[in-house]
Amino acid sequence: MTGFLLRRLGGAVFVLLSLTVILYAVFYVAPGDVAQIACGPRCSPAQVAQVTEQLRLDDPVYTQYGHFLQGIVAGRDFSTGTGVDHCSAPCLGVSYQSDQQVMRLILTKLPVTGSLVVGAFVCWILLGVGTGVLSVWRRGRITERLLTWLTLAGTATPVFVIGLLLIIVFCSTLQWLPSPTYVPFTEDPEQWAWGLLLPWVSLALIESAKYARLTRSSMLETLAEDHVRTFRAYGVGERAVIGRHALRGAVAPVIALSALDFGSMFGGAVLTESLFGIPGLGRELVHAVKVVDLPVVVGMVLVTGFFVVLANAVADMLYALADRRVVLS
Amino acid sequence: MSEALLVQEAGAAPLAAPASGARQFWRRLRAQRAATAAAAVVLLLFLAALAAPLLAALAGQDPDTFHPELVDSAAGGVPRGSFGGIGADHWLGVEPQTGRDLFARIVHGARVSLGVAVAATLLQVTIGVVVGLAAALGNRRLDQVLSRITDINVALPLMVIALGLLAVVPPSFPRPVLIALVIGGINWAGTSKIVRAQALALKTLDFVSAARLSGRGRWSIARRELLPSLAAPVITYAALLFPVNITVEAALSFLGVGIKPPTPSWGQMLTEADTWYQSAPTYLLLPAGLLFVTVLSLTVLGEGVRTALDPRAASRLSIGTGREGRTKEQAS
Repeated sequence: MTGFLLRRLGGAVFVLLSLTVILYAVFYVAPGDVAQIACGPRCSPAQVAQVTEQLRLDDPVYTQYGHFLQGIVAGRDFSTGTGVDHCSAPCLGVSYQSDQQVMRLILTKLPVTGSLVVGAFVCWILLGVGTGVLSVWRRGRITERLLTWLTLAGTATPVFVIGLLLIIVFCSTLQWLPSPTYVPFTEDPEQWAWGLLLPWVSLALIESAKYARLTRSSMLETLAEDHVRTFRAYGVGERAVIGRHALRGAVAPVIALSALDFGSMFGGAVLTESLFGIPGLGRELVHAVKVVDLPVVVGMVLVTGFFVVLANAVADMLYALADRRVVLS
Repeated sequence: MSEALLVQEAGAAPLAAPASGARQFWRRLRAQRAATAAAAVVLLLFLAALAAPLLAALAGQDPDTFHPELVDSAAGGVPRGSFGGIGADHWLGVEPQTGRDLFARIVHGARVSLGVAVAATLLQVTIGVVVGLAAALGNRRLDQVLSRITDINVALPLMVIALGLLAVVPPSFPRPVLIALVIGGINWAGTSKIVRAQALALKTLDFVSAARLSGRGRWSIARRELLPSLAAPVITYAALLFPVNITVEAALSFLGVGIKPPTPSWGQMLTEADTWYQSAPTYLLLPAGLLFVTVLSLTVLGEGVRTALDPRAASRLSIGTGREGRTKEQAS
């Protein structure tokens, strides 16, 4: 186990390092005139020269990349024109637009995205696994066919379509809910939950479809196994066979998939946040993209990559822990 | 993607394609009612997309002409007439504010959506097959390098990177091409992992050994012996990737960083329709409904293809129950 962990860790560090190189090349080297981008389209040549000086953009590319990497590992100093701003590790640079440190920006947005993802996660696991179990329990009947088509429709609907329809139905037409707004949990837990209700439901409706299908197919596979037949021969009832033994077969894949989804969504549920106006990582990224704020874009992508790599490793480990047949190597 | 899950998935796919090939595939596909219906819808959509200028001309419209007389500027640009101005001239009504013909914009939008998705899927499959085969057939070092590159590819979050890339590429670069390149270039790891796992398993089989002993070269074996047997899992996976790619394009355009106006695209229509749903609901429901129907039919068709190519799955599971050939997260 320890050997596996160390190898996975080494692999993860390698992947993240490569990611910094790729991102640096794509975003800082490829576009060419970074100083102009940093300064803005209306900058005069003199101002551009000043920015070049300030950001040390006339250094060779590898030196600049070195500084970038050094910032992540050990922190670095930025000249602000009037003084020096220290950015401690892990430093992802300073926004061109707001002069705010990217890491601080991400940290302020993380709880918002966290609220969205954690709440939605609880909803979609309950809904997804519940639907899967129900469709196995009622297999061969009309309920099963109905659930199968519903989950299929769920996988086929883009989250922004369902979200848009939910807003129109519940906020505008029926007026049962106020328009979704984000209120921090620490300010008012009740408002927080009401404001996030629709985003949670939209994400859960889409995501749960995947889990319903996974749960169902894993359970059906287990039900076809010999040991289940043996249980039945011993007189174990259908309820216990499904609830205790078949469900066990679904645990490992569901846990592994949850870890993956959880990780990738932490990088920002971009569409959901944009649609509902939730000021999290995803919406910040869309904004940064529209104004070409390179350090913010690169920082966000890197942090998302970090979460994905982490989630992959965690998923593998959880899978092995939940399913003893898997040998880690 | 989790290694353990993936290996299990790849293992669930057929190891060797059924011998009688195409004819048997069509027979098995036609035996499934839902998949046949879905195939008909998909065919219709493709025909409409290919014939978009023709269809628009048939309706006597084009997607870019403004018709200010058809919208009520006093009411803020709401289309005149019932149901968003649907009538003999404008089959699906007109766009609020500009009065452009919606039917023409919808069919031209289909062209963009399907075209981008086709190109992206082809790119994903090509890169995936080449990388996967090379990893399985090359020496140990090549395999390690390629597997590492695949790991890096997995760590690239599709939506986030696509957003970032669309920001830095100059606007003069044609957008649909760019989007196809971005999706194809970021999201090929699933294909290459499946191809590698399958090719490694196939390599140990007798017919491959026989080909090797007869003195044939590595690449000749790859092309003549392995590729035909890899067709089933690759086609299955591609059929499942295709609807995802449609969603990703729509999502990027919805966020305002994908297809740029005046080129019509369904995702972009949805964004604009967002503010008009009360006064002109058809404007919102048309692209939303079409997107839903397209992705649903493609998904059902993909499942049908999987069942037709994998007889074991056909006997075990009915439609919509297979182990997900999971692709990178559906845009969320």
